[in-house]
Amino acid sequence: MKKLRRSMLFLPGANAAMLSTSFVYKPDSIMFDLEDAVSIKEKDSARLLVAQTLKMPVYKEHNIETVVRINALNTPFGLKDLEAVVRAGVDVVRLPMTNSAEDIHELEAHVERIEKECGREVGSTKLMAAIESAQAVVNAVSIAKSSPRLIGIALAAFDYLVDMQTERGDGTELFYARCAVLHAARVAGIDAFDVVYSNVNDDEGFLKEVNLIKKLGYNGKSLINPRQIELLHNAYAPTASEVENAKKVVEAAEEGERKGLGVVSLNGKMIDAPIITRAQKIIELAKYSGVRKEI
Amino acid sequence: MTTSINQKIDDLLKQHPDLKNITPFIDANATTPYLKDESKYTRKLCDSIEQAIKKCELRDGMTISFHHAFREGDKVINKVVETISKLGIKNLTLASSSLLSCNATLIPHIEAGVITKIYTSGLRGKLADAISHGLMDNPVHIHSHGGRVKLIQSGEINIDIAFLAVSTADEQGNANGVSGKSQCGALGYAMVDAQFAKKVVLLTEDIVGYPNNPASIRQDQVDYIVKVDEVGDPTKISVGAARITSNPRELMIARYAADVIEHSGYFEDGFSIQTGSGASSTAATRFLENRMRAKNITASFALGGITASIVDLHEKGLVKRLLDTQSFDGAAGQSLGRNKDHIEVSTNVYANPASKGASVDELDIVILSALEIDLDFNVNVLTGSDGVMRGASGGHCDTAAGANLTIIVAPLIRSRIPTVIRKVTTIVTPGESVDVLVTDHGIAVNPARPEIAERLKEANLPVMTIEELYQRAIALTGEPKPIEFKDKIVGIVHFRDGSIIDVVRQVKD
Repeated sequence: MKKLRRSMLFLPGANAAMLSTSFVYKPDSIMFDLEDAVSIKEKDSARLLVAQTLKMPVYKEHNIETVVRINALNTPFGLKDLEAVVRAGVDVVRLPMTNSAEDIHELEAHVERIEKECGREVGSTKLMAAIESAQAVVNAVSIAKSSPRLIGIALAAFDYLVDMQTERGDGTELFYARCAVLHAARVAGIDAFDVVYSNVNDDEGFLKEVNLIKKLGYNGKSLINPRQIELLHNAYAPTASEVENAKKVVEAAEEGERKGLGVVSLNGKMIDAPIITRAQKIIELAKYSGVRKEI
Repeated sequence: MTTSINQKIDDLLKQHPDLKNITPFIDANATTPYLKDESKYTRKLCDSIEQAIKKCELRDGMTISFHHAFREGDKVINKVVETISKLGIKNLTLASSSLLSCNATLIPHIEAGVITKIYTSGLRGKLADAISHGLMDNPVHIHSHGGRVKLIQSGEINIDIAFLAVSTADEQGNANGVSGKSQCGALGYAMVDAQFAKKVVLLTEDIVGYPNNPASIRQDQVDYIVKVDEVGDPTKISVGAARITSNPRELMIARYAADVIEHSGYFEDGFSIQTGSGASSTAATRFLENRMRAKNITASFALGGITASIVDLHEKGLVKRLLDTQSFDGAAGQSLGRNKDHIEVSTNVYANPASKGASVDELDIVILSALEIDLDFNVNVLTGSDGVMRGASGGHCDTAAGANLTIIVAPLIRSRIPTVIRKVTTIVTPGESVDVLVTDHGIAVNPARPEIAERLKEANLPVMTIEELYQRAIALTGEPKPIEFKDKIVGIVHFRDGSIIDVVRQVKD
């Protein structure tokens, strides 16, 4: 099964207690932040902490992808961050404020050099681009297609909305960017991540947004509180009736194949290849995450 | 008349010399002199705490008792002890059902020799710290809530005067915690003291018309009543141990605990439950509602330690009756006054192993906290990882012993201190009473309960051995350095039956 990336939990890189034990929340990916969540004074210590954390075997044991948001390469910290985390075995490096394909090319060159220097397999460090400006949204397709190392692009709302001269509201303000980033990701065949929902005490508002981005087709969402993980995973889990229906579809398709039928139908509706593929995905997801429950 | 009765008594004694101790009649109010005038309405009322102390004839060496239903909001214990101190009385035994951080002001009175011996369920804050560092010559006696009643019955705790904070009382002493301004809810501890103490003094903000109802404490138990400015601050009942959490780790543990309950084999129609104090324990309740609805079951009763979230389930019809010995928040206190199936029980009924029937014995499931738990499932809820007392025995060993399924909830690591360790610093509840440990890193089942382990594994819950949890903790924190103690014993830990299960030694500075 393809790596699921429903939840990407942000953790401040300078918080040792969170770094060492947050795998218990079992997000699909954990993003250690060396950028905005770390004060200038703590940049060096956070880098050391995160590098040590990446060497802990527990993340691999729990099938949690490790992501590090480095500082921008034009800051005094960006390259140091990259050197440390690539050598420590990070799965994915997230580049903030990616505005063009050239930004990714620059990052990629550094990563390749470090991989060679430290004996890491070239190409094994994956990348992610954060789309945080009007220019980045417009360039989203070329950014998404810029490197085979890219596993996804993530829309980040804060700077983007400042750029657009608006603010967070009912989602209208993000409508174009959400669609543009998602289309770019799909064109490039990579994953798309939605923005953080910062009011952690508003479960209802959070779930409303989750349902919206799930319907749009997003793979998942960036999260800033572990409490949101269970809610998110549950919202992405198929319902019991969806699973039951999917099983019927697969059974009907298999039976059709056995009988050598060209066209298969279930309850009077034709079942074609996309429907079968979707049904198989639902069954796979249910095996992994269980069915949706009331929580 | 008197001449004639004396003649008759002489005749009686001649015929029946064995009746020599009979008393001849004197007048109608020989034993009730206050009925001769209007003083019958005011005879129990005292102008001040000092006056009540004097009327009770408190002397050096006696035992005084209190309850802790107002928890961190208590305004009575410190005030009474301060008044006693001013009267120059010394060498007292303090038998409060528990002591909390708010009782730090007792320290100078201990130093001055006013209080020389303490019985309590627990100690917190500066008082706990001072006693752990050798403040007292006599070790403090730690008991469980049920065990306290046993110690009172056996005479080890021999209460001379009980000073009991109540929300309202009438002039005769019918009193409760569910009316008036400052309500503490259930008076489960106070009911025991009112039953057993030689003298009972009520302190109340509000003296109401006779007869006050309900009467958790009855007039036939009460000697004196003092009106005071304040007995307690109900908003501080749920501060500290009995708090509501939004911490993701505590909520995660609470959800695991609800998972364990659901798949334990005890989650059937008519089950019963208690949630102890502690954030995860209290929070587990909120995850039960949907599971109960999905399975279409209700609980026959909840015991406690009643909280707002338990009251919520009761009012939604999911828990039929609440048995309440201590209301853990304002909402529980108000519910006790409002809901007819929210029933107040004394700690004798609640948990005394020597009573003729304890409610904990009827309990299916209890969720409890732990400061430490060891590889044998022994639990410490008293001393911290630094050896200093910072908790309470409470109903821990009582409910663990009585319940069919005892679940301990705790984070595997607190900051950088592991909770699962080789040997607990202090045993409060023996491992044989503990069935399941739920942590944020996984769930361990006592090997004595293999059937529960099987059920949880079948439900795909993250079941590990307690040794694996220990190894995980150590991998993250390193092996903790042993605590350094002095020889001096500063605490004696009683099991619920009164026996001694452990001692606490003075920590090195």
